[in-house]
Amino acid sequence: MNKKKENIRNFSIIAHIDHGKSTLADRLLELTNSVAKRDMSQQILDDMDLERERGITIKAHAVKLDYKAKDGETYELNLIDTPGHVDFNYEVSRSLAACEGAVLIIDASQGIEAQTLANTYLALDHDLELVPVINKIDLPAAEPDRVAAEVEDIIGLDCSLAPRVSAKTGENIEQVLERIVADIPAPKEANDNAPLKALIFDSVYDNYKGVIVYVRVVEGTLKAGETMLMMATGAQFNVVEVGYMRATGLEPTDVLSAGEVGYITASIKTVRDAKVGDTVTKIQNQAKEPLPGYRKVNPMVFCGVYPADGADYEALRDALEKLQLNDASLSYEPETSGALGFGFRCGFLGLLHLEIIQERLEREYNLDLVTTVPSVVYYIHQTDGTVVQVDNPTHYPEQAVIDYCEEPITNAHIYSPAEYVGAIMELCQERRGVFKDMKYITTDRVDIHYELPLNEIIYDFFDALKSRTRGYASFDYEIFEYRRSTLQKVDVLLNGDIIDALSFIIHSEKAMGRARKIAEKLKEHIPRQMFEIPIQVAIGSKVIARETVKAMRKDVLAKCYGGDITRKKKLLEKQKEGKKRMRQFGTVEVPQEAFMAVLKLDGDN
Amino acid sequence: MDSYLKAVRCCLEEMKAQVKDKIDTIYFGGGTPSFFGGERIKTVIDCIKENYELVSPEITVECNPSSVSDEFFRIHSEAGVNRISMGMQSAVDSERKSLGRISGTEEIEKAIALLKKHGIDNISLDIMLGVPGQTMESLNESIDFLISSDIKHISAYMLKIEEGTPFYKIQDSLTLPDEDTVSKMYLHTVKRLAEAGFLQYEISNFAKDGFESRHNLHYWRDEEYLGVGPSAHSFLNGKRFYFERNFKSFLSSPFTIDDGEGGSEEEYIMLALRLSEGLSKERFKERFGRYPDNIIFERAKELEKHGLVEVTEETVSLTPEGFLLSNTIIGKLLD
Repeated sequence: MNKKKENIRNFSIIAHIDHGKSTLADRLLELTNSVAKRDMSQQILDDMDLERERGITIKAHAVKLDYKAKDGETYELNLIDTPGHVDFNYEVSRSLAACEGAVLIIDASQGIEAQTLANTYLALDHDLELVPVINKIDLPAAEPDRVAAEVEDIIGLDCSLAPRVSAKTGENIEQVLERIVADIPAPKEANDNAPLKALIFDSVYDNYKGVIVYVRVVEGTLKAGETMLMMATGAQFNVVEVGYMRATGLEPTDVLSAGEVGYITASIKTVRDAKVGDTVTKIQNQAKEPLPGYRKVNPMVFCGVYPADGADYEALRDALEKLQLNDASLSYEPETSGALGFGFRCGFLGLLHLEIIQERLEREYNLDLVTTVPSVVYYIHQTDGTVVQVDNPTHYPEQAVIDYCEEPITNAHIYSPAEYVGAIMELCQERRGVFKDMKYITTDRVDIHYELPLNEIIYDFFDALKSRTRGYASFDYEIFEYRRSTLQKVDVLLNGDIIDALSFIIHSEKAMGRARKIAEKLKEHIPRQMFEIPIQVAIGSKVIARETVKAMRKDVLAKCYGGDITRKKKLLEKQKEGKKRMRQFGTVEVPQEAFMAVLKLDGDN
Repeated sequence: MDSYLKAVRCCLEEMKAQVKDKIDTIYFGGGTPSFFGGERIKTVIDCIKENYELVSPEITVECNPSSVSDEFFRIHSEAGVNRISMGMQSAVDSERKSLGRISGTEEIEKAIALLKKHGIDNISLDIMLGVPGQTMESLNESIDFLISSDIKHISAYMLKIEEGTPFYKIQDSLTLPDEDTVSKMYLHTVKRLAEAGFLQYEISNFAKDGFESRHNLHYWRDEEYLGVGPSAHSFLNGKRFYFERNFKSFLSSPFTIDDGEGGSEEEYIMLALRLSEGLSKERFKERFGRYPDNIIFERAKELEKHGLVEVTEETVSLTPEGFLLSNTIIGKLLD
């Protein structure tokens, strides 16, 4: 087969959530006959149920399309779909690094949103050629002219040729393909004879083939039978198969050459051996330098994950193991809680990542879970000069040995209609935000820049932001430094016993307020029991908030004669069923909802 | 009524093959047996005597004080009835009316006098706690009446409004005492009755020494019984079952419905804990050949701190405060 490198176009699609990325991808597949129309279930690229439901892409996906353009040439289009969320920024950046261009979708009614800009800047960082596409022109509220002007003003992209499409109805989709061919350059310096350098932009675990490594070959070639080397991890593998990703499945080929996007299988057991961002080369004729940009991804948010039923511990471990096969950024290690029994301390890239993993565990593995309050990683400088990293309140050192603490701070950008500026600033102030800047993007849209501590974001900041702006604001953040802070560990005591799973680390100014809310929430959610239960929230031995769950007064079956015994037995059974949803702490029973309620403290605002 | 009597006799004759034990109590209850008539009750007792082995039986009849007469009690007494249980519910007229009872305290006093005349002095009355309009004061009035009456046994039930009862629909319009008040009423009743010599022996039952209902004790000691009549329950040879509820079908072709196994360790403990005597290790061993799980005693000790339970080497029993929470406590101990 004669491969014309000048006919290759490697591109991704970037957009704010819900601006129609996956739908557009589906239309492109359809139009290039990559998949028969009758096989199209909506949004082929998002193949996880969860992705489809939430309308976000969690994993990168790639697919090769053949397009016969109006100039008579057939082009090889490699579409690399990127994860659509700030938690996966690093993965996005690696996917973009595999491309020469990107299709930037903007919703014709909503205009530019937080992630439109964040992704645009990422794309520009990688010198990508941008093809603006204005989508959803079928909507009654669509204002393509206004949005086009917004894109020209804010991003500085010429929109005179920007296709105005409806990915939903299919209108003008062909224009998108024509612009890709015309505007996005073919791979540069794609030399087949140079030593192999291929960028890993994703890897997935397959039960039969082992890990399937998705790569963009920058230089050189790779064939089955050759020995490849992962330059960052040093792992070596014998290549079993190389090929292309088609919408209908994998298509093996003889050789992957420079400029192409494809896959490699090599009996790799875990995705950790094929890290996103690593460079693949060959043992023979090894590349001198890896491709730039690899970094080790560290989890930023931690929480304890426990099976609601202790008997499910093994099942939870198996499930985490399986999820990790496909998600190198998920970390977990066993931990024991006095309150919750055996479970795992899990690390996540961010809150969304946490929620996704939790939901997958519950849905795909049918596990009923209890999670603890999420925590960020704090640096605790001790009086003896050592520094400990603490992501679990249980491991927080004694106050006496702490010299000072540092917490992660983010640069946060909130994009919103101007009318909500007051509400947003109030929220950021409450969350210890430091105002940096505010820009009017248009006459009625603003970009508010705050420095926000990450631990303020992980307590339902998204929900609070949404409810205070009626869902109109969008939000993007990035950790940029650790900053000195006054922190305290706060414990919750029920009937005098510390419930370790409810302990948390918090800025000292916020301790009192949160303590009160927690005490109130627990009072609300802990049912009356046989005796009075004091709820105390304390720093060390100092109680800063207290409530009392009153004793139950009466729970009795007054008459129990011959005909009532079976009924009474059934009542007893029902009682036991109800108890399964309870956690036993000493003599106190706490329903699982109480834990959840403590996690969603600000939902009432 | 005679076709009903026939059906009852038929059942008694048919079931005797299954009953190996001697009979020591008979109870006519569930509705208004007094409506059934003294003669028929005599016939049933005779039928039992013919078919079963009776040993100095306690024979109780539930009756409505307004529908009794000298003649009525004379026949009962002759038939061998030696215990009468009368529904009073309250000694306060307004409360009684709200509960749909018509007979007044004078009728009860009259009935008690008639019973004495015919040599029946084992008399039980009942009262309700937490009825609409009831206060501590009015409760005391009822208790005063009970104490001053020459009776041996008292049942005191906390009103529970259940779905399907007439009260259920109109409960919002009723001035019901709140749970706190009802709990206080209950503890107050236990205390006052004890002071008057009526000792609590079950959650809702009180008796002068030696006058506990032998019949009802069988239920709470998880012993077997035979019940005859529409929706009458039985526990026989390890099986629980009941007669179909429909009156007409009971007359034509009575049949029973399976209600599961009976007599498990759990069931035994659940019932034993309703009694003031509580769960006894030795009695349990006599019945099941082993001691009850020690965990029950350990858990009980925890609750003892809160005054809900009393634990000795041999027994676990609930206090009156514990009885108020008995559903929760029994669930907890048997968890």
